[in-house]
Amino acid sequence: MNSNTTSITLSSCAKTFNDGTRALDPVNLKVEGGETLVLLGPSGCGKTTLLRIIAGLEMPDFGGRVKFNDEDVTESLVENRNVGMVFQSYALFPNMTVAKNIAYGLRVRKMAAADVNARVNEMLDMMHISELRNRRIDQLSGGQCQRVALARAIAVRPRVLLLDEPLTALDALLRDRLRVEIDTLLRSLAITSIYVTHDQSEAMALGDRIVVMSKGRIAQIGTPRDIYHRPTNEFVADFIGTVNRLPANLLAGLPKEHGAEVLFRPEDAEIVGVEDAHFVGRVNSSFFLGDRTRLILDGGGETPIVIESTLRESVEVGEEIPIRIRSDGFMSLDAGAGKS
Amino acid sequence: MQSSEYPRLFLLIFPAAIIFIAFFAVPMARLAVVGTTGEEGYAAYLSMATTPRHFESMVATVLLSFGVTITALIISTIAGLFLVRNSFFGRETLISMLTFPLAFPGVVIGFMVILLAGRQGLVGTITNALSGDKLVFAYSMAGLFIGYLYFSIPRVILTIMAAAEKLDTSLEEAAQSLGASPWRVVCDVILPALKPGLIASGAICFATSMGAFGTAFTLATNIDVLPMTIYTEFTLNANIAGAASLSIILGLVTWVALFVARSLSGSSVAASA
Repeated sequence: MNSNTTSITLSSCAKTFNDGTRALDPVNLKVEGGETLVLLGPSGCGKTTLLRIIAGLEMPDFGGRVKFNDEDVTESLVENRNVGMVFQSYALFPNMTVAKNIAYGLRVRKMAAADVNARVNEMLDMMHISELRNRRIDQLSGGQCQRVALARAIAVRPRVLLLDEPLTALDALLRDRLRVEIDTLLRSLAITSIYVTHDQSEAMALGDRIVVMSKGRIAQIGTPRDIYHRPTNEFVADFIGTVNRLPANLLAGLPKEHGAEVLFRPEDAEIVGVEDAHFVGRVNSSFFLGDRTRLILDGGGETPIVIESTLRESVEVGEEIPIRIRSDGFMSLDAGAGKS
Repeated sequence: MQSSEYPRLFLLIFPAAIIFIAFFAVPMARLAVVGTTGEEGYAAYLSMATTPRHFESMVATVLLSFGVTITALIISTIAGLFLVRNSFFGRETLISMLTFPLAFPGVVIGFMVILLAGRQGLVGTITNALSGDKLVFAYSMAGLFIGYLYFSIPRVILTIMAAAEKLDTSLEEAAQSLGASPWRVVCDVILPALKPGLIASGAICFATSMGAFGTAFTLATNIDVLPMTIYTEFTLNANIAGAASLSIILGLVTWVALFVARSLSGSSVAASA
């Protein structure tokens, strides 16, 4: 659909609000054409502010520039940027039907009525909501609302699609289903998309790359695998997934290169025989989750160790189990930071 | 609904029914009957058609009230949106001062219009100094218009502000992102969202202007609005039947106007006047 995609370049975009709060420290970021970039972070980390700067809903502080391809759009208003936006609150026009909502951007662009109608039908088909065509907005469920909002945003063939926590207001089951659909949609459109979320599984599933943000700064940029397996700092390691920490002197038979502390993910720990074990943990609690068992162990360090095992036998509290960390499971913040 | 609930419902509605009957239905019925007791009998209700002065004052009153309502809605919508969306020094004080005119009786408002545009008024003094001509409009329709506007704006603006605070700004941002100009955002998003508030406050504004008396009484040397006509019939001409029939007609015309406004603007909102 889009052979010539739009890349986005942000250079030293900061944002200080009128009351003096610094929402965003100067950010430099390049989003490739056709890429899906996820901005991930806890609330108040500046991810929405960054999205709004790209949209043109906020002006960056003096000196910041926003470019779409080679075109400097910093001064251009949101209505001239040709961006599609999807909001957490859906933001559908309550005084219009589903079809009129989708047609809105086309009518604003003064497209001929027949073409508008054809495009609306195409969008309704694409989002599988043709039967909702003449419904009022207050007759839709949350999931239907967000489909209409997506259809409305992409109907105008925007250069860039911006999604601000689009699934947060939906219940878990619907969220998973719509996430898959959004993923398929973004890939088939091959449109440059920025997706803001605080949900790491959403970020992992959708992002070509993830920008993890914290306190107005970019903590790390990388592919989902990078972010998960090779976090470059404490914040990213702790924010994404679960990380176990043990002082190196408590472990036996470690590989040669290791720091003072050993970090590993729960799924990288295996229950082994005593002779192969890196350490032995005493079971504090055990949760059977169906497909796996989550064990909370006391490994002798300050924080409890969480491991996940597909063991079929039940594990008793107080039992001592030998644990080995998979050879590629050792995480090192410093090494990652130094190399990338 | 269970039929056994009827006695209880009847008990619950009883106090309201008494008040409705004693203070609304009975006096209205009496007024309507009194209207027929004059020399002309039932023809008193046709005075709009037969007495040109009555007809003219009705037209003047409706036009004035309509003009005041529209102007008050426009001014209050702009001002109300501004006050909700902008924070500046003295904003709270300004908003609380807006409610000030609500407490004034019509006489005081008439007096203020005289101070502004009367023979010794501010506008007169300034225009006299500038051009040598004294501009005096307090005692005309224009004076009445200013006075009515003055007491209508606070009522309207408070309703608008309450509605504007509930506006979902993401709707406006969505419209903008789809390419809508600021003016289109106003027409397609803001005004539809404010519509219930605009209709409700516009209805109150219209009804109040139709029936306002104090201001007209203070200013009326050569203005004939319907409340003044009723007063004249009642006190000077002692035409009680005429006054009563005009009152009923005034009520009916106002009611019909609000009804039409309500149906034209979609059914969802009651003209809560």
